[in-house]
Amino acid sequence: MKNLISIPVRAKFIALLGLIVALIVLPVTSVKAVEIQTVTSPGGITALLVEDYTVPLIAVSMAFNGGATQENAEKEGLANILSSLLDEGAGDIKSEEFQLKLDDLGMELGFSAGYDSFTGRLKTLRSSRNEAFDMLRLALTKPRFDTEPIERMRAAQLSILQNSLKKPQVIAGKAWRKSVFGDHPYARSVGGTIEAVKGLKRDDIVLLHKKLLAKDNLVIGVVGAISAKELSVMLDVVFGDLPAKAELKPVAEAKLNVGTTQKVELKIPQSIIRVVFDGLKRSDKDFYAAYLMNYVLGGGSFSSRLYEEIREKRGLAYGVYTYLGTQDHAGFIGGGTATRADRADETLKILLAEVERMAKDGPTKEELEKAKKYITGSYAISNLDTSGKIASVLVAIQRENLGIDYIDKRAEYIAAVTIEDTRRMARKLLSNKPTIVIVGPKGS
Amino acid sequence: MSHKLRRAFSRSLASVLVVAGFAFASQGPAFGEQAKAGEESKGPETTSFTLKNGLQVVVIPDRRAPVVTHMIWYRVGSADEKPGKSGIAHYLEHLMFKGTKTVPAGVFSAKVAEIGGQENAFTSTDYTGYYQKVSPQALEEMMRLEADRMSNLVLTDETVLPERDVIQEERRSRTDNNPGSQLGEAVQAALYQNHPYGIPVIGWQHEVQALTKEDAIEFYNKYYTPNNAVLVVAGDVSADSVKEMAEKTYGKVARRAEPGLRRRPQEPEPKAARTVSLSDPRVTSASWQRTFLVPSYTTAKPGEAEALDILGEILGGSSTSRLYKQLVKSAKLAASAGGYYQGSALDDTRFMVYATPRQGVTLEQIEVEIDKVITELLTNGVSEKEVARGINRQLKSVIFSRDSQSTLARIYGASLMVGETIEDIEQWPSRISKVTVKDVNAVARKYLKKIRSVTGYLRPEKNRS
Repeated sequence: MKNLISIPVRAKFIALLGLIVALIVLPVTSVKAVEIQTVTSPGGITALLVEDYTVPLIAVSMAFNGGATQENAEKEGLANILSSLLDEGAGDIKSEEFQLKLDDLGMELGFSAGYDSFTGRLKTLRSSRNEAFDMLRLALTKPRFDTEPIERMRAAQLSILQNSLKKPQVIAGKAWRKSVFGDHPYARSVGGTIEAVKGLKRDDIVLLHKKLLAKDNLVIGVVGAISAKELSVMLDVVFGDLPAKAELKPVAEAKLNVGTTQKVELKIPQSIIRVVFDGLKRSDKDFYAAYLMNYVLGGGSFSSRLYEEIREKRGLAYGVYTYLGTQDHAGFIGGGTATRADRADETLKILLAEVERMAKDGPTKEELEKAKKYITGSYAISNLDTSGKIASVLVAIQRENLGIDYIDKRAEYIAAVTIEDTRRMARKLLSNKPTIVIVGPKGS
Repeated sequence: MSHKLRRAFSRSLASVLVVAGFAFASQGPAFGEQAKAGEESKGPETTSFTLKNGLQVVVIPDRRAPVVTHMIWYRVGSADEKPGKSGIAHYLEHLMFKGTKTVPAGVFSAKVAEIGGQENAFTSTDYTGYYQKVSPQALEEMMRLEADRMSNLVLTDETVLPERDVIQEERRSRTDNNPGSQLGEAVQAALYQNHPYGIPVIGWQHEVQALTKEDAIEFYNKYYTPNNAVLVVAGDVSADSVKEMAEKTYGKVARRAEPGLRRRPQEPEPKAARTVSLSDPRVTSASWQRTFLVPSYTTAKPGEAEALDILGEILGGSSTSRLYKQLVKSAKLAASAGGYYQGSALDDTRFMVYATPRQGVTLEQIEVEIDKVITELLTNGVSEKEVARGINRQLKSVIFSRDSQSTLARIYGASLMVGETIEDIEQWPSRISKVTVKDVNAVARKYLKKIRSVTGYLRPEKNRS
């Protein structure tokens, strides 16, 4: 936010790698049924829909499987540039006119590239939905890719990359990715490198657009003031002109190389610490056990063991966290903190000692019960309170094949996890030495 | 999320003065056409009442999901701190989680976590707030716990000292590790020559490290009292039940103090353009910013603040704004450029413009070009169309804010904290709709003067651009 003077007491360090970290459980007890309908258009395009007329808005969320992993190594940053260009002119409408029209319609439209998917979001007033959907259609199917916006977006991205060259968080992130993922596309940055972004050509952008945005790798979630019938018509109008099949190249399963330690020297008063352990994928049958175990270790923002030991008891850091990184072709547990340079060693020792304790004994029964309560109860509160968030949930349910009854079933999945499951996961994932990256001044 | 989308979303959150019961102009496809009335212009029906101990309560219904946002706001922020005690408002905010006479440290947070709730707190120059987002069944307990810590806080060295280390780590993360933030602090300090807005909310390092338990208790006893607070409850709950619960919980808290009127030292009329520059080896690309001292919604003459909001839109609010169009699109000098008006403040506030040069472009070139854009605007004025579009953008954020009960609660709370009334908040859409070309030109010519401003330059240490 631009308001630089508002300071939350406890910043949440939740890294969203893939859609899934955000997806946690539902309390059967307290949720008014979120009624999900499956809508399939005459043209065969399917979307999940939650109808709600309380507010005269419609939120649409969509994801195409395949994101930055579809780039060639020397084209790092291509998917990201593509995502910035879809609303910079389409059909007969040039960039500026397109932006003005979005404004005049009172709509929001945006695209984004991740490692595994290319996503889009739209929010419109019900009254201007047809015009808004037409803008989405144009953006998806007829982007112009004019020279002026390409050069402008390239310059903007180069500026961001240049600006982050000495940002400690960015340096740490790049270092652990390179070390853990080696030659795999996950080792690269979605934002790309200066060299690669400089070298991107219009043809590269056109080609990726053609290969990536298609009907057979697309999932859609819609929430708000629109009926199933209206949506069914809209789906064909908006998405009908996309190619039937995406041309995706296969992406290898990543083999994680975990266990190295790396120090990057940078003159800063506060050192940045990152750790990376083995993990598991979202589709793993032990996902929920690992998720609960991680909540106890460092996932619970104000109640985890790491929070207690590092922040509450010793005042070593403002934030400390771990998370499950679940990508389509890899799973890992990431963690981190930032602390005064002369206390970095002490902080890292405590962090690793807590990990070791967890690997050895797992969570206590009491901790597991608390974790289950939180993860069950927080679902509706955190994920179902705005149209946009519900639409994202609908997309995740489809991308991860969670089932249309997922929101109702989730609490059962969580309840079924036993203490032995969580101990087994702790042992399996946390026993090996992690990759460690420290960015800070000499000697820290 | 694309950068553009993120910008749009953060804007709708940033426009703190928004919402409710309105009759606004066009959102329809045909630009300038009258609104299709009805469905989109209905705001939430808020209820407000005051308890006997002076606590004001605002209830905003949102029955879409079984979720309720419970926020308590205190009319005290960093600008109310005593000289030499910078950071105490924020330090106390952290210490409010350290337990009371009957509720030990950590128990409140554990209760919130147990039911899957979210919680946090925040401090600004003008207010301090605490919130929980929970299921409606838990609301009364949240009220009981929040009311309890309004008067029963217990602080010990054991909890207070590690937390003082925590806020220093927070300062390192936010400011010391980030040259851009350090420049921001210096610009703010230069802009406010007399008013405490020149002091960072988190406090100066040398003062923060010397803050004590006694400082916190003194501040707490002076400002944390029901007659200095506003309770905002938004969500799946009725006003009647909120009233009943509030009387049972907050209603039992006695008035603890009379904080009195909020009078801070005011700014003199500015007389000199100021510049601040920071060079640091950690800076890898330069940037430019200029901040003007302008009236806030609370201090402005009627209509001026609304006009400044529209001026912000026209000059820098989007990729169709003048700064973006000229600096980024036409002259191709900047990678990004924009501006905005920070309207919500108790005292005089800021109007910002900024740009980041493209590679090979100097800050001097950027400055010349921005001066041209501003001079052109002052000389020839803005157009009817630009004003109408600016109004439209502002109104859009109002409607979209209704999709989030937390956003609504935050808008009401923040506005009440800087002296607005519920009526002011609810009539804002109709006031912003009335802004004219003449109004915008008038505030631009009155306030966008260099002598009212501080220009900040951020540069790499070597080979200065």
